[in-house]
Amino acid sequence: MNLELFLVQLLNGVSYGLLLFMLAAGLTLIFSMMGVLNFAHTSFYMIGAYVAYQLSVWIGFWAALLAAPLLVGLLGAAVERWGLRRVHKWGHVPELLFTFGLSYIAFELVQVVWGRAAVPYQVPGELDGPVAWLQAAGITFPRYRLFMMAVAILMLAALWLLLKRTRIGLVIQAALSHPEMAEALGHNVPRVFMLVFGAGCALAGLAGVIGGNAFVTEPGMAAAVGAIVFVVIVLGGLGSLAGAFIASLLLGLIDAFGKTSGASLAGLLSSAGIDLAPQTVGHPLLTMTVAQIAPVLPYLLLVLILIFRPRGLMGTRES
Amino acid sequence: MTALGELHFRPLNVGRWVVWGFTAVVFIAAPQIFTSGFARALLSQMGILIIFALSYNMLLGQTGLLSFGHAVYSGLGAYFAIHALALIGKGALAFPVSLLPLIGGAAGLFFSVVFGWLTTKRAGTTFAMISLGIGEMVFAASLMFPAFFGGEAGISGNRTAGPPLLGIDGLTLGPDIQVYYLIATWTFVCMIATYALTHTPLGRIANAVRDNPERAEFIGYDAQRVRWIMMMLAGFFAGVSGGLSAINLESVGSGAVHALVSGGVLLAAYIGGVLFFFGPILGSVVFVFFAFALSEYTPAWHLYLGVFFVLLVMFAPGGLASLILLNLRVAKFGKFRRLRDPYVGVIGTGGLLAAGIVLLIEMTYHQTLGIGSGSSVRVFGFPFDTARGESWVFGALVVAAAGVAFEYMRRRFKSEWDAIAVEIEDWRRDNPEQDQ
Repeated sequence: MNLELFLVQLLNGVSYGLLLFMLAAGLTLIFSMMGVLNFAHTSFYMIGAYVAYQLSVWIGFWAALLAAPLLVGLLGAAVERWGLRRVHKWGHVPELLFTFGLSYIAFELVQVVWGRAAVPYQVPGELDGPVAWLQAAGITFPRYRLFMMAVAILMLAALWLLLKRTRIGLVIQAALSHPEMAEALGHNVPRVFMLVFGAGCALAGLAGVIGGNAFVTEPGMAAAVGAIVFVVIVLGGLGSLAGAFIASLLLGLIDAFGKTSGASLAGLLSSAGIDLAPQTVGHPLLTMTVAQIAPVLPYLLLVLILIFRPRGLMGTRES
Repeated sequence: MTALGELHFRPLNVGRWVVWGFTAVVFIAAPQIFTSGFARALLSQMGILIIFALSYNMLLGQTGLLSFGHAVYSGLGAYFAIHALALIGKGALAFPVSLLPLIGGAAGLFFSVVFGWLTTKRAGTTFAMISLGIGEMVFAASLMFPAFFGGEAGISGNRTAGPPLLGIDGLTLGPDIQVYYLIATWTFVCMIATYALTHTPLGRIANAVRDNPERAEFIGYDAQRVRWIMMMLAGFFAGVSGGLSAINLESVGSGAVHALVSGGVLLAAYIGGVLFFFGPILGSVVFVFFAFALSEYTPAWHLYLGVFFVLLVMFAPGGLASLILLNLRVAKFGKFRRLRDPYVGVIGTGGLLAAGIVLLIEMTYHQTLGIGSGSSVRVFGFPFDTARGESWVFGALVVAAAGVAFEYMRRRFKSEWDAIAVEIEDWRRDNPEQDQ
């Protein structure tokens, strides 16, 4: 692999990893605050992509970039206010099942409105094409991917500042660790929950706006990324933002490099001087390339983590 | 969590033998009453799903483990069973086809020993996520090894292979009715086995681990080991259901290990009610109606199922079983008459509201998906022209009017229901010696 190709894959991996982290960040925030694992989180990602597609047809991409996450955030807040809050008193399993049911509804509802096929959600003209200054260095990298990375980093910096440097962030952190105390001090904790749930959904919506046209906007997109995001938060350690960040980047890189790698166990052995005959036991397995097994790599990583570090990379919480 | 005494399978205090005898009669009589091929196919599906949902409920209801990957065990069980069936067809294996579910069960057991060791390291939400990950891994692997999984097309077999059942000529398992009775027999046996399990010390300690793992450990039980053993048993019964579905369909594709199957059994068990033994049985019957009967009429059945499920989680987290038992309790106290009118009102207006919403959804879906079939769509047997504004106005008016009426009826019903609940609780408090 030459250096240019390596850099392209690195950038691809990091941009996908950042997108994963935008999803995992909202999920982790909601989880650590309310103890609810929002199964429908990637459904909000999907709805964000669809709404952004519709809005970009009506009012253009740049307005959609602002409006779609807001709409998705409002939808999320409404779901919390009139759905989740009612289920809260039954406990965590019904809460998880409630969001699981929502993911069924969202999957079918986008098909009712936009049909079963993918919608033609396009990258805006200004951002189409490769990055000029990277091209000069011999690296072909889409301008839109760079834009995605910039949006993700800006958003994450804003989130960090909000949580750590503002009064609202202080209240959120207080409600996170000591909800009763925060309530006793006169803060409306249920409203904080609603805001956090809405904000987490808005983050997912934003990820959908910038991810929907980079990848494909279709009804299966929520399920496709959903399982990976759950792997991310288990890998990172449930409830840990830093762990989720590391795990997102790791999975992003594995995805980018894994899909293009032609390496196999047989190749490894033959470079060590052992050549395998086709009749060797397990020959088909040994000759499988990394690219062929790429879809299971995240889950294999999950299995390994569970064996060697059951609480996740940065996890502290024992369930 | 209420005391176990209240969760017993004891509707109206009829004896256990009567209940099981009645169940057997229903199993025997059902295909004689519903004689069409479609109805019998539904009955077979129900039997298979009942085993699967009972197996699922060993985890969710009894041990408190919410799994999103239970299709792994039924699906791999089905694969092993279909491979065995193919071998029987070639004459390479002498094994009665009617006992194939045992092979499926053995495969389910094996994989639940392996994967269960990993997944049961954690409980709660983490377990749910890990089970999802394992499920996705197995599904991704199923597309990767076409030699075993047969790719999209899957693996087929012929269930009439091998000698006839019990050596009786004609019992070839060819006709659907014979397969139904085979499934019904297996379902009945598995129902008894899973019911018996709830009364064993293992079943009870699983309940303890569900409710308070820490205290279960204090009295000397390893919570992880209890979860693991329950997982193995659940894996076995899931494999049995997979083996039966291999016989029933004579083909297994990679869809058998897909997340939709895992989600389906979760919905079936929860809709019925996971805190009651008969809940998942009830839920399986309802789920098969949605998945196999309703899907004949509308492409949006997932949506209706999802809405039904979400409403149930919101308003009746104990599932249909809890609704039935609550109403039986009201009837036992002789107060059901007072609920009759409110029920008629709520169900009448609620049905009308649902019909209006279904009409709007079906018209929208027809416009989005309907290719080449014109602008007319039949909903509840009536034709509606989606190109004309009147149809939409009509639908919106029905929804608005029925919505207002339903909200009024719902409040009336709720006040009556709450009043009755208070009366019953008061009576129970004042007469503790006569209670139960």
